[in-house]
Parts: sequence; structure tokens; C-alpha cells
Amino acid sequence: MQKVAVVGVGETKFSGPQDRTEVELFAEAAMEAINESNLKPKDIKALFVGNALGDFAEGQGMVQAFAAENIGCLYVPANKYEGACASASMAVRDAFIWVASGFYDIVLAGGVERAATMGTGLATRTFAMFSDSRYEYPSGITFPAVFAMLSHLYADTYGIPLEKLREQMARVSIQSYKHGSINPKAHFYGKYGDMGVDKVLGSFVVATPLTLHDCCPFSDGAAAVVLASEDVAKKLTDKPVYITGIGQSSSGPLSNQSDYLPRIRAREISSKQAYDMAGVTPRDIDICELHDCFSIASLIAAESLGFFDYGTAGEAWEKGEADIGGKIAINPSGGLKSKGHPIGATGAGQVYEITRQFRGEVEPERQVEGAKTGLTDTLGGDGGTLVNMVLQRGW
Amino acid sequence: MEYKLTYKDYNEALKQNRLLGLKCQSCGAITVLPKMVCRQCTGPDLEIIELKGTGKIRTFTTVYVASEGREDEIPYTIVMVELDEGPWIMGNLDGIDPAQASMELVGKKVKMGNKVFPGDKYSAGEGARPLFSIVN
Repeated sequence: MQKVAVVGVGETKFSGPQDRTEVELFAEAAMEAINESNLKPKDIKALFVGNALGDFAEGQGMVQAFAAENIGCLYVPANKYEGACASASMAVRDAFIWVASGFYDIVLAGGVERAATMGTGLATRTFAMFSDSRYEYPSGITFPAVFAMLSHLYADTYGIPLEKLREQMARVSIQSYKHGSINPKAHFYGKYGDMGVDKVLGSFVVATPLTLHDCCPFSDGAAAVVLASEDVAKKLTDKPVYITGIGQSSSGPLSNQSDYLPRIRAREISSKQAYDMAGVTPRDIDICELHDCFSIASLIAAESLGFFDYGTAGEAWEKGEADIGGKIAINPSGGLKSKGHPIGATGAGQVYEITRQFRGEVEPERQVEGAKTGLTDTLGGDGGTLVNMVLQRGW
Repeated sequence: MEYKLTYKDYNEALKQNRLLGLKCQSCGAITVLPKMVCRQCTGPDLEIIELKGTGKIRTFTTVYVASEGREDEIPYTIVMVELDEGPWIMGNLDGIDPAQASMELVGKKVKMGNKVFPGDKYSAGEGARPLFSIVN
């Protein structure tokens, strides 16, 4: 198996509804990644694109083929990955596998979504398609409702009074807003940097106990990365970022995950695969971009990834242990909460962030100094798809 | 291989307030939500059983932002119920003011009825869900 490096990354600004098409958004991110890699579109051997809801957002299916032609990757195999919010991570992971196998030496992977363009009603309906349509959607399940129920279950399981847990969850949002407010690519760039606990708790209720500020936004945006074999990578860049571990796992309906909830068992399996493959432990991770679709989701993720004991992640956020300069720097990009969540692109955006952190290219106030090892974490649906990747600085 | 308990049969039974599940002939585990194989041991030798439809609330939420087409239903309360036989199931909670739903619901005993979601343009028809009410 060959070593595989990220040799270039690109990303649009994540945003609310805007006028650019999915092909245009993906093209912007993809060309940035290709140019950064000192490559031309004709050098790309295959294109792997995450896209979950393009058919609903703009009536476009099979966006990957149109994207490939649009950016001059003519006649290459172009595959779409759909794993709800984990779509782009699936695309990057599969690109890794194809390059590691030696079948391709250079693959472009990423994703695109116009979740904001759909508007709240349609986006809520279509996101709910990632829950079980036969057995759980009739109850009126929505994405916030899934994590709202996990919030109450978390409070009950670990014996934390709900009001205390809600304050800890507010701290998660506040930290994400702080970093996102100074990230020019973030959906909430320039906004909410001074968010307070009272304002989070007092904003309108989406699904009890989650308020608006516990929930990530629907975003439009795209991200892309170029992966190359080690031999090729060394010729292209003196700053290769190696993907050294990958993991992926799946689950069925939420109620059938009951043996472990509020833990997400698929994440524990996926992340262990990634850690073991890379030969690292949670303690080796300097920076983690994790799937904070809701504030409670950060606590659940950070525990399943092995950073904090079960039931204690809220305290960790309160003490700053999950922030830059703490035990583990979580979501210095602002995460899904503030950077935004164009679901088909989110995982590639995580790789973009960690790569630029390693290179020391982000805004100084949110730079994780000396970061050498990073972890990505994306969750699709209500635990249906989990993907984790370990990235390591190659210089 | 025969699919023992189909969605159609499960749904028709649920509309009669009968909750069907599958009992594994290999390990004895009960699977709720129909599947090809046992949820615990993945064995394929399953027998259809009827569950009691009683259990206790493990978690809940009251929803205020609805999916397109279901705006008239809000606010409504979703619960996850641990059935007396062990498995969990999702449904709605009836007979309370959704705005008053609180942590005090957790652990409350419930019994099952049903309510039919008439379906929308994406759902390939209707679908019943458990509608629970608190047992005093």
C-alpha cells in the first residue's frame, strides 16, 4: 500500500442562500485545490464528489459528471458519494483507498451542497430523509429532534441536571462562534463572536431543549482536496499532509442503536480503525475537526473519540480543555456551528482546515501552534454513516 | 430468502394497535423494527411475535420547527420508549401539553396506540407510528 498525501486544498466561503450553482461552487474549490497542487485539470485521474441533496436543491442529479467536465477533467471517472452529512468524508476516504492501492496516482475529492438555498422547510424535510423513512419519519422526526432526544438522554444517563447540561452546551456554541467569527470562510464570519450563555439559552426553541444557537445552520458551499501518492506528492509540494488512518462505519435506525445511546457506537468503531491504522491514540491528536451539527453532538463526539470520559465533555468545554491551548483543540475553524454545514462538502472542509492549520496558514488568533497530528470526524444521518481520518504533517 | 415481517404487514398490524416483532430462534433476542436477520446475533431464523406495546419513556423532545408539509402538527412530542420486552421504539406522546414536556417524563410508563401519517409526495404512501399515552 502506498502512502497518500493531501497536496492541495480549496474551499469556497460557506454561506447562506446565494446565487451560484453547485457546479460553480465546486469548480471554485476544485480549481483552488488543483492550482495549489501545481497540477492541471488533465492530471486528475478521477473525481470523487460528495453531494447529498443536489436533486432537491436545484434539480441536479449526477452533479459530479457536470463538475468534472466543467473544470476540464475531461472523460475521467466521476463518482458521487451520498452519506448525508458525511458524504465528502466518504469521497476523500475512497480517494485515499484508490491512491493507496496504486490504481490512481492523483485523485480529486471533495463535495458541494446548497442546503441553505432549499430554505428551512424543504431542508428540514430532506434532512429527515436520512432518518428511517418507514419506521421513524411518521413520528415527525427531524434532525434537531434526534439530537434533542439525545440531549435529554445524555442528561439522564450521566445524572447531569438539564439546566447545567444546557449551560455546558451553550459553552460549545460560544467557543465555535468565537473561532468562526474570525474565519473568513465561515458562514458566520464577523458574527456572534461575543455570544453569551443567556443569549444561547434564550433564543427560540427548535426542539426542546435545543435552541437556534445550539443548532448549526443550513449552508451553501464546496470544498475539495487533491490526493496523491507519496512519490508524486514529493515532486509537487514540500508540505505534504499524509492521511495515515481511515475509518468508516454504519448503523441502522436510531431506536436500534439503543444498546449504546447516547454514545454513537459506529463512531467508536470508525475512530478506532483510524487510530489503529495510524498507530496513534487520542492523546496524540493536537487538533480535531468534529461533527458539531448540534452543541450536544460535540460532547457526544468528543467522548466517543476518546478525548474525554463519558459524561464529562461538558466540564471540559467549560474549563477550556477543548479549546486552542487546552487538552485538545476542537473545531478551531468554528465547526459546523459557525463555519457552516453544506452537508455534501463538510468533511472535505475539515481536511481543508487541518491542512491549513498544519501549514500555519490560518488567522493567528485561531492557529493551533505546532499541530502535527489531526483527526476529522463526520456523522451522516442519525449515526447511519461515520467517517474518521487521521492526518499527519509530512515535514 | 423469504422476508419474514414486511413493512406492509407490520404497518397494517400497527394500525390495529398490534406491535409485531421478531424472535430469534437461535439466540432468543427480540428484534423490533422488521429486519431480515436478528439484530443481536444476525441469525436468519426468526419468528413473528406480538409485543405487549407497553414500556417506559427513555427520552423525548417537543418539536417546534417542522418539515415542509407538517407545519400544522407543531408543537408535538416525540418519545423513545424502552418496551417491556427490551427493544426501543420511536413514537409520539399523546394526552399531554407538548409545551409542558419535561425531564419528569423520563421513566414514565406508557401504553401504545397508533396514529397514521398520511404521507407526502416523497413518502411512497402512508405510515403508522406508535402513539403512546401515559399509564397512571
